[in-house]
Amino acid sequence: MNDLVAQLGLAQPQVSKHLRVLREVGAVDVRESGRQRLYRLNGNALKPIHDWVKEYERTWSERFDQLDVVLEDLMEKEEDDGNDD
Amino acid sequence: MAMTTSGTATVSLPTDTQILITREFAAPRRLVYKAWTTPELVQRWWHANRGEMTTCEIDFRVGGTWRYVMVTPDGLEVAFHGEYREIVPNERLVSTEVYEGIPDAEAHAALDTLTLTEIDGRTTLTILVEHPTKEGRDMHINSGMEDGMQDAMDLLEQVAVSLG
Repeated sequence: MNDLVAQLGLAQPQVSKHLRVLREVGAVDVRESGRQRLYRLNGNALKPIHDWVKEYERTWSERFDQLDVVLEDLMEKEEDDGNDD
Repeated sequence: MAMTTSGTATVSLPTDTQILITREFAAPRRLVYKAWTTPELVQRWWHANRGEMTTCEIDFRVGGTWRYVMVTPDGLEVAFHGEYREIVPNERLVSTEVYEGIPDAEAHAALDTLTLTEIDGRTTLTILVEHPTKEGRDMHINSGMEDGMQDAMDLLEQVAVSLG
């Protein structure tokens, strides 16, 4: 909890509220360890969102792979032209 | 996420109405910018191997418009258009983006901000896509797929309702 407060730059009650919601929908698991509460991300609960975005991400990946080829050509051409664009 | 030489596109959803796309390129940013804004070059990569790009119009000035059309192998036409709002050569490009395949398309226009930063000859590209509504954002991501949508929406809705 203290780590999250420090990293997010949010007030502790806000972080608590978000963690409570994430716990309720199963996105994080919590266990008590002495005076501390340790939270762990539950990958399975987040998988539907990951899968949903993945196809969109794949389109961009393939687009960028094609762009890599174009950039290689442009760089080769610049070398041939003596680097004046 | 592991970084290979050719890089991987990373997509995240910073807020309910945004999409953030990031990718690193082994090329200086002026070349990425050139490949992004020159019609003959855009035509070579934008199709993402999903079909053939049949239209690539770029009127490259603030207030000018662009229109990209791709036809998939089964004859489906996928078209986008928009207007350039801000141009900072080699660094930043802001434009609107309308997906013509949905009802009331203009009302769902997104605002795209392309940012290019260069370190040691390598370029990090980010595109921030901002939609007026969450529904519009979700339709944008969902363009071209249906599976898995409902589960994701159920979970997101639970989270949103609980925070409200």
